[in-house]
Amino acid sequence: MTVSTSPLLTVEDLRVTFPTRTGEVNAVRGVSFALGKERLGIVGESGSGKSQTGRAIMGLTPGHAKITAKKLAFGDRDLLAMPKSERRALRGKRIAMILQDPKYSLNPVSTIGRQIVETLKTHEKISTAEAKSRALAMLEAVQIRDPERVFDLYPHEVSGGMGQRAMIAMMLVCGPELLIADEPTSALDVTVQLEVLSILDKLVAERGMGLIFISHDLRLVSSFCDRVIVMYAGKIVEELPSADLAGAQHPYTRGLLNCLPTIGTDRHPLPVLDRKREWAL
Amino acid sequence: MTSAISIRDMLVSYEGFPALDGVSLDVGVGESFGIVGESGSGKSTLLRAVSGLTSFSQGTLTVNGRSYSGRRRDKEFYQTVQMVFQDPYGSLHPRQTVDRLLLEPLVIHGFDNIEARITRALDEVGLGSGFRFRYSHQLSGGQRQRIAIARALILEPKILLLDEPTSALDASIQAEILNLLEQARRDRNLTFVMVSHDLGVISHMCERLAVMKTGKVVETMPAEALEKREFSADYTRQLLVASEGFRRG
Repeated sequence: MTVSTSPLLTVEDLRVTFPTRTGEVNAVRGVSFALGKERLGIVGESGSGKSQTGRAIMGLTPGHAKITAKKLAFGDRDLLAMPKSERRALRGKRIAMILQDPKYSLNPVSTIGRQIVETLKTHEKISTAEAKSRALAMLEAVQIRDPERVFDLYPHEVSGGMGQRAMIAMMLVCGPELLIADEPTSALDVTVQLEVLSILDKLVAERGMGLIFISHDLRLVSSFCDRVIVMYAGKIVEELPSADLAGAQHPYTRGLLNCLPTIGTDRHPLPVLDRKREWAL
Repeated sequence: MTSAISIRDMLVSYEGFPALDGVSLDVGVGESFGIVGESGSGKSTLLRAVSGLTSFSQGTLTVNGRSYSGRRRDKEFYQTVQMVFQDPYGSLHPRQTVDRLLLEPLVIHGFDNIEARITRALDEVGLGSGFRFRYSHQLSGGQRQRIAIARALILEPKILLLDEPTSALDASIQAEILNLLEQARRDRNLTFVMVSHDLGVISHMCERLAVMKTGKVVETMPAEALEKREFSADYTRQLLVASEGFRRG
Protein backbone atom coordinates (compact mmCIF):
# COMPACT_ATOMS: atom_id res chain seq x y z
CA MET A 1 0.00 0.00 0.00
CA THR A 2 1.34 3.41 -0.88
CA VAL A 3 1.50 6.13 1.71
CA SER A 4 1.57 9.58 0.11
CA THR A 5 4.19 12.10 1.17
CA SER A 6 1.91 14.14 3.42
CA PRO A 7 -0.21 11.56 5.23
CA LEU A 8 -3.96 11.91 5.46
CA LEU A 9 -3.84 11.79 9.22
CA THR A 10 -0.95 12.22 11.62
CA VAL A 11 -1.29 11.27 15.25
CA GLU A 12 1.66 11.87 17.49
CA ASP A 13 1.69 11.17 21.22
CA LEU A 14 -2.09 11.40 21.61
CA ARG A 15 -3.29 11.34 25.22
CA VAL A 16 -6.87 11.33 26.49
CA THR A 17 -7.41 11.80 30.22
CA PHE A 18 -10.66 11.70 32.17
CA PRO A 19 -10.76 13.40 35.56
CA THR A 20 -12.74 11.34 38.07
CA ARG A 21 -13.40 11.56 41.79
CA THR A 22 -10.66 9.03 42.45
CA GLY A 23 -8.05 10.73 40.30
CA GLU A 24 -7.26 10.85 36.61
CA VAL A 25 -7.98 7.95 34.30
CA ASN A 26 -5.59 7.81 31.39
CA ALA A 27 -7.63 6.20 28.64
CA VAL A 28 -5.14 6.84 25.86
CA ARG A 29 -1.47 7.19 26.77
CA GLY A 30 0.73 8.34 23.94
CA VAL A 31 -0.56 6.82 20.72
CA SER A 32 1.25 7.68 17.48
CA PHE A 33 0.58 6.61 13.93
CA ALA A 34 0.24 8.01 10.42
CA LEU A 35 -2.48 7.06 8.00
CA GLY A 36 -2.53 7.31 4.22
CA LYS A 37 -5.21 6.07 1.85
CA GLU A 38 -5.13 2.65 3.44
CA ARG A 39 -7.07 0.47 5.82
CA LEU A 40 -5.76 0.54 9.33
CA GLY A 41 -7.13 -1.72 12.03
CA ILE A 42 -7.03 -0.87 15.74
CA VAL A 43 -7.54 -3.89 17.97
CA GLY A 44 -7.75 -4.27 21.71
CA GLU A 45 -10.06 -5.44 24.47
CA SER A 46 -12.54 -3.23 26.31
CA GLY A 47 -10.78 -0.43 28.12
CA SER A 48 -7.72 -0.51 25.87
CA GLY A 49 -8.44 2.99 24.56
CA LYS A 50 -9.16 2.00 20.97
CA SER A 51 -12.55 3.73 20.78
CA GLN A 52 -11.31 6.83 22.62
CA THR A 53 -8.52 7.11 20.02
CA GLY A 54 -11.13 7.12 17.26
CA ARG A 55 -13.36 9.57 19.10
CA ALA A 56 -10.49 11.97 19.75
CA ILE A 57 -9.71 12.08 16.01
CA MET A 58 -13.38 12.66 15.23
CA GLY A 59 -13.68 15.28 17.97
CA LEU A 60 -16.35 13.45 19.94
CA THR A 61 -14.55 13.15 23.25
CA PRO A 62 -16.74 14.32 26.17
CA GLY A 63 -16.13 17.95 27.15
CA HIS A 64 -14.62 17.25 30.56
CA ALA A 65 -11.86 15.05 29.16
CA LYS A 66 -8.42 16.43 28.45
CA ILE A 67 -6.84 15.76 25.06
CA THR A 68 -3.21 16.49 24.38
CA ALA A 69 -1.01 15.54 21.47
CA LYS A 70 2.31 16.64 20.03
CA LYS A 71 0.51 16.55 16.71
CA LEU A 72 -2.99 15.68 15.65
CA ALA A 73 -3.28 16.75 12.05
CA PHE A 74 -5.70 16.02 9.24
CA GLY A 75 -3.59 16.59 6.13
CA ASP A 76 -1.73 19.73 7.15
CA ARG A 77 -4.47 21.15 9.38
CA ASP A 78 -4.07 20.96 13.13
CA LEU A 79 -7.24 19.41 14.56
CA LEU A 80 -6.65 20.51 18.14
CA ALA A 81 -5.88 24.16 17.33
CA MET A 82 -8.75 24.84 14.92
CA PRO A 83 -11.93 26.56 16.17
CA LYS A 84 -14.96 24.40 16.93
CA SER A 85 -16.89 25.65 13.91
CA GLU A 86 -14.17 24.52 11.54
CA ARG A 87 -14.02 21.19 13.27
CA ARG A 88 -17.79 20.85 12.81
CA ALA A 89 -17.47 21.61 9.12
CA LEU A 90 -14.89 18.87 8.82
CA ARG A 91 -16.90 16.33 10.78
CA GLY A 92 -19.35 14.49 8.56
CA LYS A 93 -17.91 16.13 5.44
CA ARG A 94 -14.28 15.06 5.29
CA ILE A 95 -14.04 12.81 8.35
CA ALA A 96 -16.92 10.44 9.02
CA MET A 97 -17.58 7.81 11.65
CA ILE A 98 -19.66 4.64 11.66
CA LEU A 99 -20.78 3.59 15.12
CA GLN A 100 -21.47 0.18 16.54
CA ASP A 101 -25.19 -0.10 16.97
CA PRO A 102 -27.63 1.46 14.48
CA LYS A 103 -30.37 1.07 17.11
CA TYR A 104 -28.74 3.70 19.30
CA SER A 105 -26.85 5.88 16.87
CA LEU A 106 -29.57 6.76 14.37
CA ASN A 107 -32.11 9.42 15.30
CA PRO A 108 -35.25 7.47 16.29
CA VAL A 109 -37.74 10.25 15.50
CA SER A 110 -36.51 11.08 12.02
CA THR A 111 -36.78 8.95 8.88
CA ILE A 112 -33.63 7.44 7.39
CA GLY A 113 -33.97 9.53 4.25
CA ARG A 114 -34.34 12.76 6.21
CA GLN A 115 -31.20 12.00 8.19
CA ILE A 116 -29.17 11.46 5.04
CA VAL A 117 -30.56 14.61 3.43
CA GLU A 118 -29.74 16.51 6.63
CA THR A 119 -26.09 15.47 6.33
CA LEU A 120 -25.96 16.65 2.74
CA LYS A 121 -27.67 19.97 3.32
CA THR A 122 -25.48 20.74 6.32
CA HIS A 123 -22.33 20.48 4.29
CA GLU A 124 -23.32 21.37 0.75
CA LYS A 125 -25.41 24.07 -0.88
CA ILE A 126 -27.86 21.93 -2.81
CA SER A 127 -31.56 21.84 -3.47
CA THR A 128 -33.81 19.46 -1.56
CA ALA A 129 -34.63 17.58 -4.75
CA GLU A 130 -30.98 17.06 -5.57
CA ALA A 131 -30.22 16.01 -1.99
CA LYS A 132 -32.98 13.47 -2.16
CA SER A 133 -31.79 11.99 -5.42
CA ARG A 134 -28.24 11.71 -4.04
CA ALA A 135 -29.51 10.10 -0.85
CA LEU A 136 -31.45 7.55 -2.91
CA ALA A 137 -28.40 6.84 -5.05
CA MET A 138 -26.36 6.32 -1.90
CA LEU A 139 -28.94 3.93 -0.44
CA GLU A 140 -28.72 1.99 -3.67
CA ALA A 141 -24.92 1.93 -3.40
CA VAL A 142 -25.16 0.18 -0.03
CA GLN A 143 -27.30 -2.45 -1.75
CA ILE A 144 -30.65 -1.55 -0.28
CA ARG A 145 -33.04 -3.09 -2.76
CA ASP A 146 -35.91 -0.66 -2.50
CA PRO A 147 -34.34 2.74 -1.69
CA GLU A 148 -37.57 4.69 -2.21
CA ARG A 149 -39.30 2.68 0.50
CA VAL A 150 -36.40 2.67 2.96
CA PHE A 151 -35.99 6.43 2.50
CA ASP A 152 -39.31 6.96 4.29
CA LEU A 153 -38.80 4.39 7.05
CA TYR A 154 -37.90 5.16 10.66
CA PRO A 155 -34.84 3.41 12.15
CA HIS A 156 -36.99 1.10 14.31
CA GLU A 157 -38.73 -0.19 11.20
CA VAL A 158 -35.60 -1.72 9.69
CA SER A 159 -33.40 -4.64 10.73
CA GLY A 160 -29.95 -4.20 12.26
CA GLY A 161 -28.18 -5.00 9.00
CA MET A 162 -30.35 -2.55 7.09
CA GLY A 163 -29.85 0.12 9.75
CA GLN A 164 -26.09 -0.30 9.57
CA ARG A 165 -26.20 0.03 5.79
CA ALA A 166 -28.24 3.20 6.18
CA MET A 167 -25.59 4.52 8.56
CA ILE A 168 -22.83 3.69 6.06
CA ALA A 169 -24.85 5.52 3.40
CA MET A 170 -25.26 8.54 5.65
CA MET A 171 -21.55 8.65 6.45
CA LEU A 172 -20.33 8.21 2.89
CA VAL A 173 -22.82 10.47 1.13
CA CYS A 174 -20.59 13.56 1.46
CA GLY A 175 -17.58 11.65 0.16
CA PRO A 176 -15.29 11.78 3.21
CA GLU A 177 -11.54 11.32 2.87
CA LEU A 178 -11.24 9.54 6.20
CA LEU A 179 -13.71 7.03 7.59
CA ILE A 180 -13.55 5.79 11.17
CA ALA A 181 -15.55 2.60 11.75
CA ASP A 182 -15.93 1.76 15.44
CA GLU A 183 -17.03 -1.88 15.71
CA PRO A 184 -19.27 -1.47 12.66
CA THR A 185 -20.50 -5.05 12.65
CA SER A 186 -20.32 -6.20 16.28
CA ALA A 187 -24.03 -5.67 16.87
CA LEU A 188 -24.98 -7.62 13.76
CA ASP A 189 -25.68 -11.27 13.15
CA VAL A 190 -22.79 -13.38 11.88
CA THR A 191 -24.45 -13.96 8.52
CA VAL A 192 -25.21 -10.26 8.04
CA GLN A 193 -21.74 -9.14 9.18
CA LEU A 194 -20.04 -10.33 6.01
CA GLU A 195 -22.57 -8.59 3.75
CA VAL A 196 -22.08 -5.27 5.53
CA LEU A 197 -18.30 -5.68 5.49
CA SER A 198 -18.17 -6.41 1.79
CA ILE A 199 -20.30 -3.33 1.06
CA LEU A 200 -17.98 -1.23 3.20
CA ASP A 201 -14.94 -2.79 1.57
CA LYS A 202 -16.19 -2.07 -1.94
CA LEU A 203 -17.11 1.54 -1.21
CA VAL A 204 -13.82 2.27 0.54
CA ALA A 205 -11.91 0.85 -2.43
CA GLU A 206 -14.02 2.60 -5.09
CA ARG A 207 -14.06 5.99 -3.46
CA GLY A 208 -10.46 5.92 -2.30
CA MET A 209 -10.56 6.92 1.33
CA GLY A 210 -8.53 6.19 4.41
CA LEU A 211 -10.17 3.82 6.86
CA ILE A 212 -9.62 3.26 10.56
CA PHE A 213 -11.36 0.05 11.58
CA ILE A 214 -11.73 -0.34 15.33
CA SER A 215 -12.64 -3.76 16.70
CA HIS A 216 -11.94 -6.28 19.42
CA ASP A 217 -11.86 -9.07 16.86
CA LEU A 218 -8.25 -9.53 15.78
CA ARG A 219 -9.01 -12.10 13.10
CA LEU A 220 -11.74 -10.01 11.50
CA VAL A 221 -9.57 -6.90 11.49
CA SER A 222 -6.61 -8.69 10.02
CA SER A 223 -8.72 -10.12 7.20
CA PHE A 224 -10.11 -6.67 6.41
CA CYS A 225 -7.21 -4.26 6.90
CA ASP A 226 -3.74 -3.72 5.42
CA ARG A 227 -2.11 -2.90 8.73
CA VAL A 228 -3.03 -3.61 12.34
CA ILE A 229 -2.29 -1.68 15.52
CA VAL A 230 -2.74 -3.64 18.76
CA MET A 231 -3.57 -1.57 21.84
CA TYR A 232 -3.32 -2.52 25.48
CA ALA A 233 -4.03 -0.25 28.46
CA GLY A 234 -4.05 2.91 26.33
CA LYS A 235 -0.82 2.21 24.46
CA ILE A 236 0.21 0.64 21.19
CA VAL A 237 1.97 -2.61 22.01
CA GLU A 238 2.48 -3.79 18.47
CA GLU A 239 2.02 -2.60 14.92
CA LEU A 240 2.29 -4.97 12.00
CA PRO A 241 1.04 -5.69 8.47
CA SER A 242 -2.00 -7.99 8.48
CA ALA A 243 -0.19 -10.53 6.38
CA ASP A 244 2.45 -10.98 9.10
CA LEU A 245 -0.04 -11.57 11.89
CA ALA A 246 1.17 -15.13 12.41
CA GLY A 247 4.61 -13.70 13.17
CA ALA A 248 3.38 -11.34 15.88
CA GLN A 249 6.01 -10.77 18.55
CA HIS A 250 4.19 -9.27 21.50
CA PRO A 251 2.82 -11.87 23.95
CA TYR A 252 -0.48 -9.95 24.16
CA THR A 253 -1.06 -10.16 20.39
CA ARG A 254 -0.11 -13.81 20.40
CA GLY A 255 -2.39 -14.42 23.36
CA LEU A 256 -5.32 -12.75 21.59
CA LEU A 257 -4.76 -14.92 18.53
CA ASN A 258 -4.42 -18.09 20.56
CA CYS A 259 -7.37 -17.80 22.89
CA LEU A 260 -10.07 -18.10 20.22
CA PRO A 261 -11.73 -21.50 19.91
CA THR A 262 -11.77 -22.61 16.27
CA ILE A 263 -13.34 -25.43 14.35
CA GLY A 264 -11.00 -28.34 13.88
CA THR A 265 -8.57 -27.68 16.71
CA ASP A 266 -8.80 -29.63 19.91
CA ARG A 267 -7.33 -27.59 22.73
CA HIS A 268 -8.67 -28.24 26.20
CA PRO A 269 -8.32 -26.08 28.20
CA LEU A 270 -7.97 -23.07 25.92
CA PRO A 271 -4.80 -21.05 26.43
CA VAL A 272 -5.63 -17.90 28.41
CA LEU A 273 -3.86 -14.58 28.50
CA ASP A 274 -1.32 -14.30 31.24
CA ARG A 275 -1.32 -10.54 31.69
CA LYS A 276 2.08 -9.22 32.61
CA ARG A 277 2.27 -6.02 34.59
CA GLU A 278 5.04 -4.64 32.39
CA TRP A 279 2.70 -4.59 29.34
CA ALA A 280 0.77 -1.73 30.90
CA LEU A 281 3.81 0.33 31.85
CA MET B 1 -28.60 -43.16 25.52
CA THR B 2 -30.78 -41.99 28.37
CA SER B 3 -32.12 -38.53 27.87
CA ALA B 4 -31.59 -35.68 30.28
CA ILE B 5 -33.89 -33.47 28.25
CA SER B 6 -36.37 -34.71 25.71
CA ILE B 7 -38.43 -32.26 23.67
CA ARG B 8 -41.16 -33.26 21.22
CA ASP B 9 -42.92 -30.93 18.77
CA MET B 10 -42.58 -27.92 21.02
CA LEU B 11 -44.55 -24.87 19.93
CA VAL B 12 -44.13 -21.36 21.31
CA SER B 13 -45.98 -18.48 19.77
CA TYR B 14 -45.95 -14.81 20.60
CA GLU B 15 -49.27 -13.26 19.57
CA GLY B 16 -49.63 -15.70 16.73
CA PHE B 17 -45.99 -15.53 15.59
CA PRO B 18 -44.41 -18.99 15.92
CA ALA B 19 -41.09 -18.42 17.70
CA LEU B 20 -40.65 -22.17 18.05
CA ASP B 21 -42.34 -24.21 15.38
CA GLY B 22 -42.48 -27.88 16.29
CA VAL B 23 -38.99 -28.44 17.70
CA SER B 24 -37.90 -31.93 18.77
CA LEU B 25 -34.58 -32.58 20.49
CA ASP B 26 -32.95 -35.14 22.75
CA VAL B 27 -30.01 -34.29 24.99
CA GLY B 28 -28.29 -37.26 26.65
CA VAL B 29 -27.20 -37.42 30.28
CA GLY B 30 -23.73 -35.93 30.62
CA GLU B 31 -23.76 -34.63 27.08
CA SER B 32 -22.81 -31.16 25.94
CA PHE B 33 -25.27 -30.05 23.30
CA GLY B 34 -24.96 -26.90 21.21
CA ILE B 35 -27.62 -24.83 19.47
CA VAL B 36 -26.60 -22.36 16.76
CA GLY B 37 -28.52 -19.97 14.55
CA GLU B 38 -28.88 -16.28 13.79
CA SER B 39 -30.96 -13.92 15.91
CA GLY B 40 -34.64 -14.65 15.64
CA SER B 41 -34.03 -18.31 14.89
CA GLY B 42 -35.59 -19.31 18.21
CA LYS B 43 -32.51 -20.64 19.96
CA SER B 44 -32.92 -18.51 23.08
CA THR B 45 -36.69 -19.11 23.07
CA LEU B 46 -36.00 -22.84 23.21
CA LEU B 47 -33.93 -22.45 26.39
CA ARG B 48 -36.53 -20.14 27.91
CA ALA B 49 -39.31 -22.59 27.14
CA VAL B 50 -37.37 -25.43 28.76
CA SER B 51 -36.63 -23.37 31.87
CA GLY B 52 -40.21 -22.16 32.23
CA LEU B 53 -39.49 -18.49 31.53
CA THR B 54 -41.70 -18.76 28.45
CA SER B 55 -44.79 -20.89 28.16
CA PHE B 56 -45.05 -23.47 25.39
CA SER B 57 -48.51 -24.20 24.08
CA GLN B 58 -48.05 -27.55 22.38
CA GLY B 59 -45.65 -30.47 22.54
CA THR B 60 -44.03 -32.29 25.43
CA LEU B 61 -41.00 -31.65 27.61
CA THR B 62 -39.39 -34.37 29.72
CA VAL B 63 -36.50 -33.51 32.03
CA ASN B 64 -34.81 -36.32 33.95
CA GLY B 65 -37.84 -38.56 33.44
CA ARG B 66 -40.42 -36.01 34.61
CA SER B 67 -42.86 -34.27 32.33
CA TYR B 68 -43.52 -30.55 32.38
CA SER B 69 -45.93 -28.33 30.52
CA GLY B 70 -46.66 -24.63 30.04
CA ARG B 71 -44.71 -22.48 32.49
CA ARG B 72 -45.19 -24.52 35.63
CA ARG B 73 -41.96 -25.86 37.11
CA ASP B 74 -41.55 -27.20 40.63
CA LYS B 75 -38.66 -26.74 43.03
CA GLU B 76 -37.18 -30.05 42.07
CA PHE B 77 -36.92 -28.84 38.47
CA TYR B 78 -34.88 -25.82 39.46
CA GLN B 79 -32.61 -27.95 41.57
CA THR B 80 -31.94 -30.07 38.49
CA VAL B 81 -31.83 -27.31 35.88
CA GLN B 82 -30.11 -23.95 36.20
CA MET B 83 -29.44 -21.25 33.62
CA VAL B 84 -26.69 -18.74 32.81
CA PHE B 85 -27.69 -15.74 30.73
CA GLN B 86 -25.97 -13.74 28.03
CA ASP B 87 -25.63 -10.34 29.59
CA PRO B 88 -23.70 -10.42 32.85
CA TYR B 89 -24.69 -6.79 33.42
CA GLY B 90 -28.39 -7.50 33.27
CA SER B 91 -28.61 -10.82 35.07
CA LEU B 92 -27.40 -9.88 38.55
CA HIS B 93 -29.49 -7.82 40.97
CA PRO B 94 -27.82 -4.38 41.10
CA ARG B 95 -28.66 -3.77 44.77
CA GLN B 96 -27.62 -7.13 46.17
CA THR B 97 -24.15 -8.13 47.23
CA VAL B 98 -22.57 -11.27 45.84
CA ASP B 99 -23.21 -12.89 49.23
CA ARG B 100 -26.94 -12.13 49.03
CA LEU B 101 -27.11 -13.28 45.39
CA LEU B 102 -25.65 -16.66 46.31
CA LEU B 103 -27.60 -16.95 49.56
CA GLU B 104 -31.05 -16.61 48.02
CA PRO B 105 -31.17 -19.88 46.05
CA LEU B 106 -29.75 -21.76 49.07
CA VAL B 107 -32.48 -20.43 51.39
CA ILE B 108 -35.27 -21.07 48.87
CA HIS B 109 -34.21 -24.67 48.48
CA GLY B 110 -33.53 -25.20 52.19
CA PHE B 111 -29.85 -26.08 51.95
CA ASP B 112 -27.74 -26.51 55.07
CA ASN B 113 -24.09 -25.53 55.56
CA ILE B 114 -24.70 -22.19 53.89
CA GLU B 115 -21.40 -20.58 54.89
CA ALA B 116 -19.30 -23.40 53.51
CA ARG B 117 -21.33 -23.61 50.32
CA ILE B 118 -20.94 -19.92 49.50
CA THR B 119 -17.20 -20.01 50.16
CA ARG B 120 -16.80 -23.13 48.07
CA ALA B 121 -18.89 -21.71 45.20
CA LEU B 122 -16.72 -18.58 45.05
CA ASP B 123 -13.54 -20.64 45.15
CA GLU B 124 -14.78 -22.89 42.41
CA VAL B 125 -15.28 -20.00 39.98
CA GLY B 126 -11.86 -18.63 40.87
CA LEU B 127 -12.92 -15.47 42.70
CA GLY B 128 -12.17 -16.15 46.36
CA SER B 129 -13.93 -14.76 49.41
CA GLY B 130 -12.61 -11.22 48.79
CA PHE B 131 -15.48 -10.79 46.33
CA ARG B 132 -18.19 -11.94 48.69
CA PHE B 133 -19.43 -8.57 49.91
CA ARG B 134 -19.12 -6.63 46.69
CA TYR B 135 -21.96 -5.34 44.54
CA SER B 136 -22.17 -6.40 40.92
CA HIS B 137 -21.28 -2.91 39.67
CA GLN B 138 -17.92 -3.31 41.40
CA LEU B 139 -17.09 -6.29 39.19
CA SER B 140 -15.88 -6.57 35.60
CA GLY B 141 -17.93 -8.37 32.96
CA GLY B 142 -15.93 -11.56 33.28
CA GLN B 143 -16.18 -11.51 37.09
CA ARG B 144 -19.94 -11.00 36.86
CA GLN B 145 -20.29 -13.97 34.56
CA ARG B 146 -18.30 -16.02 37.09
CA ILE B 147 -20.78 -14.99 39.79
CA ALA B 148 -23.68 -15.97 37.51
CA ILE B 149 -22.06 -19.37 37.04
CA ALA B 150 -21.47 -19.72 40.79
CA ARG B 151 -25.12 -18.90 41.42
CA ALA B 152 -26.17 -21.59 38.96
CA LEU B 153 -23.79 -24.21 40.35
CA ILE B 154 -24.49 -23.56 44.04
CA LEU B 155 -27.69 -25.64 43.89
CA GLU B 156 -25.71 -28.58 42.53
CA PRO B 157 -27.82 -28.92 39.39
CA LYS B 158 -27.46 -31.73 36.87
CA ILE B 159 -28.24 -29.67 33.80
CA LEU B 160 -26.96 -26.22 32.89
CA LEU B 161 -28.68 -24.11 30.23
CA LEU B 162 -26.19 -21.60 28.81
CA ASP B 163 -27.61 -18.76 26.72
CA GLU B 164 -24.65 -17.15 24.91
CA PRO B 165 -22.60 -17.10 28.10
CA THR B 166 -19.56 -15.44 26.52
CA SER B 167 -20.83 -13.29 23.67
CA ALA B 168 -20.77 -10.11 25.77
CA LEU B 169 -17.16 -10.73 26.81
CA ASP B 170 -13.76 -9.98 25.29
CA ALA B 171 -12.05 -12.84 23.46
CA SER B 172 -9.42 -13.23 26.17
CA ILE B 173 -12.06 -13.37 28.94
CA GLN B 174 -14.18 -15.73 26.84
CA ALA B 175 -11.39 -18.34 26.94
CA GLU B 176 -11.28 -18.15 30.75
CA ILE B 177 -15.05 -18.59 31.12
CA LEU B 178 -15.15 -21.47 28.64
CA ASN B 179 -12.36 -23.23 30.55
CA LEU B 180 -14.23 -22.68 33.81
CA LEU B 181 -17.42 -24.18 32.36
CA GLU B 182 -15.56 -27.20 31.02
CA GLN B 183 -13.90 -27.75 34.38
CA ALA B 184 -17.24 -27.55 36.19
CA ARG B 185 -18.76 -29.99 33.74
CA ARG B 186 -15.94 -32.50 34.27
CA ASP B 187 -16.01 -32.18 38.07
CA ARG B 188 -19.77 -32.48 38.43
CA ASN B 189 -20.67 -34.60 35.45
CA LEU B 190 -23.04 -31.93 34.16
CA THR B 191 -25.21 -31.88 31.08
CA PHE B 192 -24.85 -28.69 29.04
CA VAL B 193 -27.22 -27.12 26.57
CA MET B 194 -25.36 -24.19 25.09
CA VAL B 195 -26.72 -21.56 22.73
CA SER B 196 -24.30 -19.49 20.67
CA HIS B 197 -23.99 -17.81 17.30
CA ASP B 198 -20.28 -18.64 17.26
CA LEU B 199 -19.61 -21.98 15.61
CA GLY B 200 -16.04 -21.98 16.92
CA VAL B 201 -17.27 -21.84 20.52
CA ILE B 202 -19.87 -24.54 19.92
CA SER B 203 -17.44 -26.92 18.22
CA HIS B 204 -15.00 -26.37 21.09
CA MET B 205 -17.54 -26.98 23.86
CA CYS B 206 -20.08 -29.44 22.46
CA GLU B 207 -20.26 -33.00 21.21
CA ARG B 208 -23.42 -32.55 19.18
CA LEU B 209 -25.24 -29.53 17.87
CA ALA B 210 -28.51 -28.47 16.32
CA VAL B 211 -28.77 -25.72 13.71
CA MET B 212 -31.89 -23.60 14.00
CA LYS B 213 -33.59 -21.27 11.57
CA THR B 214 -36.97 -19.50 11.77
CA GLY B 215 -38.11 -21.50 14.78
CA LYS B 216 -37.23 -24.89 13.36
CA VAL B 217 -34.32 -27.28 13.76
CA VAL B 218 -32.67 -27.41 10.33
CA GLU B 219 -30.33 -30.26 11.20
CA THR B 220 -28.67 -32.06 14.09
CA MET B 221 -25.14 -33.39 13.82
CA PRO B 222 -22.02 -34.35 15.75
CA ALA B 223 -19.49 -31.53 16.22
CA GLU B 224 -16.86 -33.37 14.15
CA ALA B 225 -19.14 -33.05 11.12
CA LEU B 226 -18.44 -29.30 11.12
CA GLU B 227 -14.74 -29.94 10.72
CA LYS B 228 -15.25 -32.54 7.99
CA ARG B 229 -17.99 -30.38 6.47
CA GLU B 230 -20.41 -33.27 6.50
CA PHE B 231 -23.68 -31.43 6.70
CA SER B 232 -26.59 -31.20 4.36
CA ALA B 233 -28.27 -27.86 5.02
CA ASP B 234 -27.16 -24.90 2.96
CA TYR B 235 -27.84 -22.67 5.93
CA THR B 236 -25.23 -24.51 8.01
CA ARG B 237 -22.68 -23.83 5.28
CA GLN B 238 -23.59 -20.12 5.35
CA LEU B 239 -23.01 -19.99 9.09
CA LEU B 240 -19.69 -21.77 8.69
CA VAL B 241 -18.50 -19.37 5.99
CA ALA B 242 -19.52 -16.44 8.19
CA SER B 243 -17.51 -17.82 11.10
CA GLU B 244 -14.36 -17.93 9.03
CA GLY B 245 -14.08 -14.17 8.71
CA PHE B 246 -14.03 -11.73 5.86
CA ARG B 247 -12.72 -12.67 2.41
CA ARG B 248 -12.16 -10.14 -0.31
CA GLY B 249 -13.48 -10.70 -3.82
